[in-house]
Amino acid sequence: MTQKQLNGVTIDVNDEGYMTNHAQWNRDVAAALAKEEGVELTEGHWKVLDFIDKDFAEKGVVPGMRRMNKVGGIPTKDLYSLFPDGPIKKAAKIAGYPKPVSCV
Amino acid sequence: MKKLLILGAGTAGTMMANRLRKKLSTAEWSIDIVDQYAKHYYQPGFLFMPFGIYSEKDVIKPKCKFIPRGVRYVEAKIDRIDAEHNRVFFDSGGHIDYDVLIIATGVKTAPDQTEGMLGNDWRNRVFDFYTFEGASRLHDALREWNGGKLVVHISEMPIKCPVAPLEFAFLTDWWLTEQRLRDKTEITYVTPLSGAFTKPIAAKVLGHLLEEKRIKVVTDFNIGRVDNEQHKIVSWDEKEVGYDLLVTVPTNIGDAAIERSGLGDELNFVPTNRHTLQSKQHENIFVIGDATDLPSSKAGSVAHFQSEVLAKNIFHYIKDEALESQFDGHANCFIESGYRKAFLLDFNYDVQPVLGKYPLPIVGPFSLLRETRLNHFGKLAFKWIYWNMLLKGAPMPGVGHRMSRLGKQIPLEALQPA
Repeated sequence: MTQKQLNGVTIDVNDEGYMTNHAQWNRDVAAALAKEEGVELTEGHWKVLDFIDKDFAEKGVVPGMRRMNKVGGIPTKDLYSLFPDGPIKKAAKIAGYPKPVSCV
Repeated sequence: MKKLLILGAGTAGTMMANRLRKKLSTAEWSIDIVDQYAKHYYQPGFLFMPFGIYSEKDVIKPKCKFIPRGVRYVEAKIDRIDAEHNRVFFDSGGHIDYDVLIIATGVKTAPDQTEGMLGNDWRNRVFDFYTFEGASRLHDALREWNGGKLVVHISEMPIKCPVAPLEFAFLTDWWLTEQRLRDKTEITYVTPLSGAFTKPIAAKVLGHLLEEKRIKVVTDFNIGRVDNEQHKIVSWDEKEVGYDLLVTVPTNIGDAAIERSGLGDELNFVPTNRHTLQSKQHENIFVIGDATDLPSSKAGSVAHFQSEVLAKNIFHYIKDEALESQFDGHANCFIESGYRKAFLLDFNYDVQPVLGKYPLPIVGPFSLLRETRLNHFGKLAFKWIYWNMLLKGAPMPGVGHRMSRLGKQIPLEALQPA
């Protein structure tokens, strides 16, 4: 685990740059993380990030594509245009949560 | 007389019937268990069927054989649960009332959830091995295999036994080598996740296996459709993987009765307290095994550990006490890696799979995250344990529902972020 400076804020991240302490996350941190991924956050992005935030609190995991569609009301095509190449893991990273994983 | 009703006589439901009948007074509590199917499948055995290692006799026994005396077995399809009135309706008409309900309706594959999966290629070139029928047909298809593009594919997470597709890829590599077809076959492993191994320590220890076994990996692949004309799978962002034989794990979904009852989430999994196993919506409903929405693995070992917790919490509940028993997400599973060797994993909500010994520290005899012959024999021996001990709720010496940290090498990064 390492520490990283973003806009003057220190955050703890794992080897792949995912935050390991969500308490350090805020909207400015999100914007800075997004920039590193080549994403400029718009209202559409925030709809996704806010849904992940709300859903993680309830379920303890980052929602998958189907849940984003059915519960979050975000179509898959939109996810790909907002967060190209692996939208869920990219959105999870910016939202300050771990990437979706399996058991091994 | 009070009524306890269990929905589903699979691994979890059967274990609960056995555990509870031993402890609940027959004068005070009746126990009914409902299931629509007469056959109990040993699902871990499906993995071995395509390779001819197991056949029908290894994986099927009558359900009623495992239901204890004093529990009424009702073979019926559930229409819906009316949770407001503590009543379960059957498809054929009729109903049963309950004081306490245990939902153990499991999860099934739903190939209809992916466009084109049930097209012309289904069970010609496209197979699953998560059903008895699928594993049997795949066995026949492999006998006719002459080489080409073989794709092992996961549609979306979560799936039952998340390591099974990896095991399938490893066993395929071994089987093809023995058939002298390996050099004529390209094996590709396609996953919606960011890697075949996603947990850092397992990835470090096991990451080299795929390369060694010449298995190509395609990551971040979210399937949009199956193209039956050109025999390829296409992702939402138009990536394509061609196949001559596609072995897919279709979307896994909870029972449709859960949806009809309005009790499930988007995949018909029932929102459940991750520690007490009580339903989040109704305090006299408990949920166990694959039917829950918990972030734990959907696996028989998890259902087994949960059954110990749930039996205790049901007693607490009926005595009007706090639900003190806590499930920690404990799971363990063998990973068959071919050539009569296997790995073993043991983990929970907080600790990812690490190196060590199991179930006893130092002496094991099983090695965690190491490839050994003994682990493989453990997996084979497990079939006997499943049929003869596990389903009956018999205690297993040294194997507790709480994951033990003893005997494990747990570096800081093995702890999951909260």
